[in-house]
Amino acid sequence: MTSLQLVFLLIAAGTVFAALMVVLSKHLVHAALWLILVLAGIAVLFVLLNAGFLAVVQVAVYIDAIAILIIIVVMLTQRAMGPTKMHVNRNWGVALLTAIVLFAGLLALFNQMPALQSQAPPFALDAEILLDDLGLSLVDTDRYIIPFEVASVLLLAALIGSIMIAWPRGSASEEERET
Amino acid sequence: MIPLSWYIIFAAILFCVGLYGALARRNALAILMGIELMLNAANVNLVAFWRYGTLAIRGQVFALIVFAVAAAEAAVGLALIISIYRRRTTIAVEDIDMMKW
Repeated sequence: MTSLQLVFLLIAAGTVFAALMVVLSKHLVHAALWLILVLAGIAVLFVLLNAGFLAVVQVAVYIDAIAILIIIVVMLTQRAMGPTKMHVNRNWGVALLTAIVLFAGLLALFNQMPALQSQAPPFALDAEILLDDLGLSLVDTDRYIIPFEVASVLLLAALIGSIMIAWPRGSASEEERET
Repeated sequence: MIPLSWYIIFAAILFCVGLYGALARRNALAILMGIELMLNAANVNLVAFWRYGTLAIRGQVFALIVFAVAAAEAAVGLALIISIYRRRTTIAVEDIDMMKW
C-alpha cells in the first residue's frame, strides 16, 4: 500500500463518517459543521485527482458560501425545531432500505464495468496549461460557451428569485418600499 | 496508485448517505444538506472519470456547471425555507402542507 492510498483511505473514511454524522445528528448546527468536514474532505480528494482548481472552487463556493449560508439559516430557524424533537420522519425505515438497496444495486453494476480496475494515466499535462484550457474552453464558441451562459443566466435567476422569495411581507417592509 | 473503483465506491456511499438524509429527515434544512451530499458525490465521480479517462477538459467543465447549479439550488432553497418559516413558524416538512388537497 502506497502512501497515496493511505491518504485516500484516511480521507475517505473521515468523510464518510462525517457524512453519516450529517444525516444522523439531532442538533442541526452540528450537522452543518459536519457538512463542512465532508466538503473539505472532498476538496482533498480533488487535489488527489490532480484537479487543484476544482479543489479551490470547492473551498470557495461550498465551504465559504453554501455552508456558511446553511449555518446562518439554521441559526435563524433554530426556534422552530430544537434538538429535542424527533429528527426523522416515520418513513425512515423505508428511506434506509431505499439507500441500502440503491447501494447494493450500484455495487452490482460496478462489478460489470471492465474499466474499473484501470489505473490512472500518468499526469503529463502542465497544471497551468490545463487551467488555461479550462478557462478558454468556457468562452470558446465551438466548445462550452452555451453551458457557461446558461449557468450564468441560472445564477442570475436564482439571485433575483431568492431575493423575491425571502423578501419580508410584513408591514414595515411595505412602508419602506412605499416611502 | 489509487484504483478508479475506490473513488466510485466512495461516491456511491456518499450518495446513498445523502439519499437517506434527504428522504428520512423531518427538517427541511437537513433535507437540503442531504441534497448537497448527493451533488458532491456526483462531482467526485465526474472528476474521477476525468482523471482516469482521456483527460479531456469536459469533465472539469461539467463539474464547474454542477457547482453553479448547487449554488443556485442552495440560494433558492434557503430563501424558500426562510419564507416558509416567516409564514408558518415551522420548517418540518410534514407541516408544510398548504398545497396538499
